[in-house]
Amino acid sequence: MDINRRDFLKTAVVGGSLVLSSGARPADASMPRELPPEAVGILYDATLCIGCKSCMYNCKQFNSVEGGALYSKGATDPPYEFRTPQEIWDAPKALSSKTLNVIRVHRSGTGENKDSAENGYSFIKQHCLHCIAPTCVSVCPVAALKKDPDNGIVYYEEDRCIGCRYCMLACPFRVPQYEYEKAFPQVRKCQLCRHRIKEGSFSACCEFCPTGASIFGKVADLKVEAQKRLELKPGQEYDYPVQKVDSGEKMRRPVSKYLNHIYGAKEAGGTQYMMLAGVPFDLLGFHKNVDETFLPDLTWAYISKIPAVIVGVLLVGAGTWAITSRNKKADKEE
Amino acid sequence: MNQNDIKMWTPTTTVLLLIMGAGGLVALYRMFFGLGAVTNLNSIWPWGFWIAFDVLGGVAMAAGGFIIAGAVYILNWKKYKPIVRPAVLNAFFGYLLAAIAIFLDIGQSFRIWHPMVMWQVNSIMFIVAIHVVLYTSTLAAESSPMIFEKLKMTGLLNFMNKIMVPVVLFGVLLSTLHQSSLGAVYLIIPSKLSPLWYSSLLPYHFLVSAVLMGLSMVSFETILSTRVFNHKPDMDILSGLAKGSLITVSLYLIMKLWDLVTVAGIGMAFTGSTSSNMYLLEMVIGVILPFILLISRDRRSNMRSIFSVNVLVIAGIVLNRMNVALFGLADYAGKTGVDYFPSWMEFALTAGMVAFAILGFKVSVKYLNLFPEEAH
Repeated sequence: MDINRRDFLKTAVVGGSLVLSSGARPADASMPRELPPEAVGILYDATLCIGCKSCMYNCKQFNSVEGGALYSKGATDPPYEFRTPQEIWDAPKALSSKTLNVIRVHRSGTGENKDSAENGYSFIKQHCLHCIAPTCVSVCPVAALKKDPDNGIVYYEEDRCIGCRYCMLACPFRVPQYEYEKAFPQVRKCQLCRHRIKEGSFSACCEFCPTGASIFGKVADLKVEAQKRLELKPGQEYDYPVQKVDSGEKMRRPVSKYLNHIYGAKEAGGTQYMMLAGVPFDLLGFHKNVDETFLPDLTWAYISKIPAVIVGVLLVGAGTWAITSRNKKADKEE
Repeated sequence: MNQNDIKMWTPTTTVLLLIMGAGGLVALYRMFFGLGAVTNLNSIWPWGFWIAFDVLGGVAMAAGGFIIAGAVYILNWKKYKPIVRPAVLNAFFGYLLAAIAIFLDIGQSFRIWHPMVMWQVNSIMFIVAIHVVLYTSTLAAESSPMIFEKLKMTGLLNFMNKIMVPVVLFGVLLSTLHQSSLGAVYLIIPSKLSPLWYSSLLPYHFLVSAVLMGLSMVSFETILSTRVFNHKPDMDILSGLAKGSLITVSLYLIMKLWDLVTVAGIGMAFTGSTSSNMYLLEMVIGVILPFILLISRDRRSNMRSIFSVNVLVIAGIVLNRMNVALFGLADYAGKTGVDYFPSWMEFALTAGMVAFAILGFKVSVKYLNLFPEEAH
């Protein structure tokens, strides 16, 4: 190897600093860790839900238009799950690339008592939780998933997506879905009716909820409302807001027994979709062991070490080479 | 026996070509009809056999390239010079396999270049993508002297030889980062991956086990090539590699046990569930047996026993990647009731790519000066 040692070291240092300057820009690396000031979200109260699935129907209708999260170019109908002549109801049982929002029911024993874990039943509404520090946004290699800096909505830019499906693996709530059946597929997930919010409207699932089980609003207000409900006594009457947390329209009804848990307040470091129920959330299909920390920090712990590794490997490698090739030369001269 | 005596057209070649052809048809079918038509992937199992075996396994198998190149060019351990070229070429095929698998596995194959221009530095996947591109190019550069030699392009050959040390060092750097970042991919799913595998040390586990795998692959190929060329194996090289394997497997054993005790708890390995059985299988085949076999100096200088260790390690580390990517998620997925087993087409495509790598290696053995010291 007749390479000049000085040239080599020069190459290593120049190359290393090039990689360093291009490969790691901590300024870009900050993931959101705080709720945006104008963050909007949804509060779902399972004790108010009657399982009418109006939210599911309207979610599909209003998201199939241009700009909606279910829109496909050229499609004439919303993407129904069942298209056989025998099945006249579109009744999805789980989230899919055609269903962004699903109402499920949990039943136990005789199933008589609403919102009770024993011999009871409870509805639950599942869709994207719009995390404060979304794992899907942090793992996406092309920034196809983004978090709106103003309202905090986690949205999707179809044109960027390469379809690696890391978002699906990373999401602790199993929200993103993929169009496996298509040759040019997209990821589908609830985008909180971002296209409707731009027009001054709000999420369809809340607008068309007849009981106020789903209400739209600023996350800060929703949190206050959720906490207020937990402090109510079962049986007492309460004016539940309908559609929006700050809408004038209220519905008076007796309070059911709540489980003392706002799901989404702490899970994955906090989310913009919060849920109240009378039945533990793990029975309703939400896993118990979702960490209450910002999950993107787990990968950042690795990524932040990369610049040091680059410098370290290049310096140690170059130094080792310099020493070992000098030894070789010395051997020859002897 | 020398290169000219290698018969290209043998029954094995025919079989390999047939397997390749079948894999090619599956690849075409996938391009026209999408992932759903070919794979059994679903919403709970977004990543399947291709990611586990072709990408994670293929990249781990390729680790021999940077280890041997680093030993020869950076540490100046000239003893290993005869095996540099096959090690690097093997790495090149390993990465090619991974790159093809990624191309077919992502839903929008023709946007595979997007990460190169749409940077997102929080994403391990972005880091992985950059490394695949850079390191595959580096491996091509490291292999290029063989081609230039064959084509008698002396100018380019001299140039490549001149810049080989920095190229190799760059390769060592990229490999260190790439092997570990494949483990870091899984850091984001603490609630999904079984604690038998999930650990904040996963990147280090992937790096160390890749080094072990790389040493075994190189040794495995060296022994196979001695059979092809019908000459005596260089026991000095093989024992050296075995000693390296012993050091690596000892470190890996300690790391695995440390994680078992501190993260999962020993009891979790013996619950009798699928994941705990797979964990035990992986540990016995890939770590404990190789460690026991390698600890004796006699066995480290016995070709048959080295060969057994190699087979065990290769199987064991591939199993580890399958466990992290598939079996380690089974407990979590089981709660949702959604299962995954690869379709026959997923197997067929992988078989086709393995056949392609074997055949490519054979062609290289015949037409390139892969074993420079021995051919003369």
